[in-house]
Amino acid sequence: MSSTAAPAAAKDAAKPKQAKKNRLSGGFFRFILTRFLLIIPTVFILVTIVFFVMRATGDPISAAMGGRLTPEELQRRIHAAGYDRPLIVQYADYLGDLLHGDLGTTLTDNQPVITILTRYGAATFELAFLALIVALIVGIGLGRLAARKRDRAADAGIRTFAILCYATPVFFLGLVLKLIFAIWLNILPASGRSSLDSEMQFTRLVSPTGFYIIDALQLGNTTVLIDVLRHAVLPALALGLLTAGVFIRLVRTNVISTFNSGYVEAARSRGVSEKRLLNKHAWKPALIPIITVMGMQIALMLAGAVLTETTFEWKGLGFMLSQYLKARDFVAVQGIVILIAIIVAVVNFIVDVIAALIDPRVRY
Amino acid sequence: MSEHSQGNLAEIKDLSVSFMTDAGSIKAVEDVNFTIPRKTVVGVVGESGSGKSVTARSIIKLLPETATTSGAVYLSKRDGSDSLDVLSLSGEQLRQMRGSEAAMVFQEPNSVLNPVYTIGWQIEEGLRAHGLKDKKELRAKAIDILKKVGIPDAETRVDYYPHQFSGGQKQRIVIAMALVLNPGLILADEPTTALDVTVQAEILDLLRLARDEFDASVLIITHNMGVIADIADQVVVMYRGHVVEQGTVEQVFYNPKDDYTKRLLGAVPRIGQKLVVRDVDGNVIERKTDWRTQPVAVEAKGLTITYPGHLMQPDFKAVDGVDFTIHRSEVLGLVGESGSGKSTTGRAIAGLQKVTGGSLNVLGIEMNGVKERDFKPKRADIGFVFQDPGSSFNPLMTIAENVAEPLIVHKKYGSVAEAKNYVGDLLEMVQLPRAYMNRFPHELSGGQRQRASLARGLALKPSLLIADEPTSALDVSVQAKVLELFKRLQAEIGFACLFITHDLAVVDMLADRIMVMHKGQIVEHGDADQIMQHPANPYTQKLLASLPVPDPREQQLHRAHLHELLAQEA
Amino acid sequence: MSIASTNKVTVPGDERLNKLNVNKNTPLWAKIPIIKELRVAVGWQKGMLITGLALTAFFLLVAIFAPLIAPYGHAQIKDANGVSFPAQAAPSAEHIWGTTAGGFDVFSRVVWGARTAVIAIIVAVLLSIFAGVLLGLVSGYFGGWVDRVLVMIADAVYSFPSLLLAILMAIMISHGQSGLVSGILASGISITVVYIPQYFRTIRAEVIRIKESAYVESARVVGASTWRIMTKHLFKNSTRTLPVILTLNSSEAILTLAGLGFLGFGIEPTAAAEWGYDLNRSVSDVTAGIWWTAVFPGLAIVLIVLGITLVGESLNDLADPRLRARKSAGEVVGSIEDTSVDPSEKPSVRNEVVAELDSTVDPPATVTDHDPSFTVSEWTGEGNTTGTAKGKE
Repeated sequence: MSSTAAPAAAKDAAKPKQAKKNRLSGGFFRFILTRFLLIIPTVFILVTIVFFVMRATGDPISAAMGGRLTPEELQRRIHAAGYDRPLIVQYADYLGDLLHGDLGTTLTDNQPVITILTRYGAATFELAFLALIVALIVGIGLGRLAARKRDRAADAGIRTFAILCYATPVFFLGLVLKLIFAIWLNILPASGRSSLDSEMQFTRLVSPTGFYIIDALQLGNTTVLIDVLRHAVLPALALGLLTAGVFIRLVRTNVISTFNSGYVEAARSRGVSEKRLLNKHAWKPALIPIITVMGMQIALMLAGAVLTETTFEWKGLGFMLSQYLKARDFVAVQGIVILIAIIVAVVNFIVDVIAALIDPRVRY
Repeated sequence: MSEHSQGNLAEIKDLSVSFMTDAGSIKAVEDVNFTIPRKTVVGVVGESGSGKSVTARSIIKLLPETATTSGAVYLSKRDGSDSLDVLSLSGEQLRQMRGSEAAMVFQEPNSVLNPVYTIGWQIEEGLRAHGLKDKKELRAKAIDILKKVGIPDAETRVDYYPHQFSGGQKQRIVIAMALVLNPGLILADEPTTALDVTVQAEILDLLRLARDEFDASVLIITHNMGVIADIADQVVVMYRGHVVEQGTVEQVFYNPKDDYTKRLLGAVPRIGQKLVVRDVDGNVIERKTDWRTQPVAVEAKGLTITYPGHLMQPDFKAVDGVDFTIHRSEVLGLVGESGSGKSTTGRAIAGLQKVTGGSLNVLGIEMNGVKERDFKPKRADIGFVFQDPGSSFNPLMTIAENVAEPLIVHKKYGSVAEAKNYVGDLLEMVQLPRAYMNRFPHELSGGQRQRASLARGLALKPSLLIADEPTSALDVSVQAKVLELFKRLQAEIGFACLFITHDLAVVDMLADRIMVMHKGQIVEHGDADQIMQHPANPYTQKLLASLPVPDPREQQLHRAHLHELLAQEA
Repeated sequence: MSIASTNKVTVPGDERLNKLNVNKNTPLWAKIPIIKELRVAVGWQKGMLITGLALTAFFLLVAIFAPLIAPYGHAQIKDANGVSFPAQAAPSAEHIWGTTAGGFDVFSRVVWGARTAVIAIIVAVLLSIFAGVLLGLVSGYFGGWVDRVLVMIADAVYSFPSLLLAILMAIMISHGQSGLVSGILASGISITVVYIPQYFRTIRAEVIRIKESAYVESARVVGASTWRIMTKHLFKNSTRTLPVILTLNSSEAILTLAGLGFLGFGIEPTAAAEWGYDLNRSVSDVTAGIWWTAVFPGLAIVLIVLGITLVGESLNDLADPRLRARKSAGEVVGSIEDTSVDPSEKPSVRNEVVAELDSTVDPPATVTDHDPSFTVSEWTGEGNTTGTAKGKE
């Protein structure tokens, strides 16, 4: 699930790269600097929105403990936590804490939000990384094929596949995959990140990274590695295909667009072969918008991860988020959402820098 | 298939091309026949829709998928060893022919250079496509050809990207890409249309070089008779998909046979040719008053217009301290190349652009720091005609609604229906049928829209009209018609006019006085005849000398004069 | 060399063919959106459009006639005689798609769910179009610092995963629990907030492009009021691309609604049927091999989203000449002379050129400059803003 979507046609005002090009060699560093500084307002806006939206209609303690405590006890705890102060004061406080890396303490299990992030973050990143590999292989491969076979049966088939990938909610795809491969065929595990045996093995590690694949490699135990990979196949496929649907059409549209451009036509008029036109002349310029939009998609994968993890009981941030949502623990929810906001901003920054590296008009 | 004439490089025989569109099939070219001799520049001239581009593209079979062709195009190999029937080629054979036997130069250098590859790589790419592999040799050839087309410091700049070059240099690079493959034929499709006139002269010199030093033939496609007169040895005139006339340049210019050619030559504006309009009885229509005795309508003193810079970029001064006046019922021509600040000046007078410095008095109102509320009543007295006939009307409103807009805004009429009669009169005034008022803009041709645009500009009988390149998007024959209409209306109504254009010949036909702008400043200012005959400023001289004269013999002298000037400059 | 053909479309610097405008009288009914597109579409592109329309129409009918189609109510767990439905019963004659763990009839819940989905989309799309268009018009036309702040906020919100945003909004509006009206409204409004930035950005980009066009400038020259320019010129011309975005966003809205339901932030099962919620309940069923509680609501989501997306994507393809498939050449219907504007108008001696290729209104979408921000993304239909990418150099 994601708000797919992409592009950045209207990013104009915010993006310095559209400003007049300069030929200064320092232009690129200036671009990176301004683009980096842009992260700050973006995160600030999101933090502000998240804070006020979450607090607009009530405090987190009433939401979580509403029915379970006496009104007096509730009042006492609200006062103790400072939730009866003016909203703006709480906001200033929250921002101050945030600068120190303090995202609050969960209400339900009384843990600092930051430890939840460090404990479960690795699982989410591992899932997102594997899904990204699936999405890139499927998306770029099929997208280019569709562009090459434009308006033919293969193109129609690939586009239908892409739309189906997109139209299928990731949790439903997850359930179907589970039903087929785990229940009916029984060749892959239905849920979790690893079997109990493997979990036991991991406890022996001195410095576990939380990335099970890396940990399995650390152990040097092939059985554990295979076990971990078998668990990862279905979730990575579910999340990866969702994103692949978007990638396919992104690649297809942009390659078709550059393939029809004047410079490709001009190169054709000089006898450059069609294969080379597609693989070089049309591909590299198409890559710039593709990478920019892919960056946004990677950020959006985090939302897909919430649903995927819930479906497969993959104990990552997304799974925890849905748990806290069920428990109405809004302090935890707020912490996780803000972390995701920061990741989104950073990923977009990195991707813009990569796109700028390809684009000589920004580089020089 | 080799019985056709040995001396010719290419022969086009009974070529017909049609395109499939949403509305059915359309014939773009029909039964076209002509030949291209070796080492010759053949000019194909025609207006939009004449099929000239399609014909050129057919020579290397570079046509859209939706095209069907019939007839034949024979292209001899450069070494004369063989002759190819191009339209029957496909796949690998076609690929090998493209570039090595005939290479193309396009109209828009910006869009035909790949923005993410260095120009060196792009030049080498053509060589690689034709089998050259050695890296050192590739690079040496790229540098060498860049030097030949006049790119300074070629050793370094071979590694530059397209955006690091100016428009004229980009077109040189595009030509280099064609020349490096050493083809027998260069197809140049409107190679100078997107460029300023001074740059155009340089590019034409370069194409001559292709003929004289590279021994190639050049097929140049253009709508500009001056360009033809300057460069072509032979001329093919096309009209509505047919060749109507073909011959040597002297024949076509001095002894045209076809009526269309005659009309085309008659419509081309020439320096020193004053436009005279007559009424039905053949009496010359003239202004009733002498503009010199009229009061001043617009006065600029030290007018400066600055665009604020983006993100750490310095501000850009589009107009830098200019002084001028426009009298009532005078036509002032404002001439300049792209980026000279001429449009900005016109927009400032119409209140579309904020004045940032100096003084600009328009019909008694000081525009520097003016409030829209104070200026609004004066707007009824100002008309504006825009360049692009494509976007000058709201596509969702009828011509009547569009033309009536000033009338309704200034409450002369309560609704479009009430204004209907008057709008009909206006359309007739610009020689459009009344019935056109119920049409939508896309149902009119470019010339018709530009006339309707004039009707809108004059709807409120303004005393000042600003015309920003009103004819530069039109074909010459349409342009002639619009200019004539313009002249007649000006003489009859007597509005003051700022006529902005890049075309010296057009401005000479109409203007009483001329200002020449260059880089935001007025470099020369005076009576039209004075400036055209005895330009004082070096820039004006160069501008005048660069403008090709639509007369091959005269143009030869004219060109020599330009080269003299350039030699002095250097 | 398996590429379609060695001679592909387009001619650099010469866009006239794309803009070729042939004056043929089209009947008025053929100008209605969708019908117009149906006439233009060819080959499998037409197939896509028809399939999409059929699927969308089917779900609309199901939503409208839900009370007639569904054998039971959405929250019914007992039959007319007061006997409880069996729990997790496999499909049978009584319950053709089986029953859930809670004893709901799956078929009835899927049918009623169509109604919930359709209402939620309508609420969401209407609200977000209204707000987005208004903001986009104002922000794009006036510019200035208000515009810059709005763009920055819209960009920040836009880059953020929409589901998470919808979750936040759901928390704010209903604290996560809801009945029928409030539930649908809450979901609708949550989705609205998520999509406002998209409409805002599209409309703003269009307004900025149109603002520079000669007809708006000419209105400004004659002194037309801001109100007149906004209503007469900008509003209609900038919203022409909306149908495409609208359809694509409707499908995203369904996915967001289902996502909310799946996380337990949708509508209570007793208030209304909602596919996402039903899928949430079926997660444990699947592990036990009970497939019918998951497959049917899931397929319903897939098919409705598929239908709407197919419509949106076809419309987008047809609006973009570069993506549109064309009929192949062959028959010769007329010669280029037929492109003349008015055959009855006699060409005057001087004004000879009647065949005018260059006569459509919009500037052609050239790909001269590959700005990274210019992306032909069909998901949001922003391919339509390509015009703005021109001349940004």
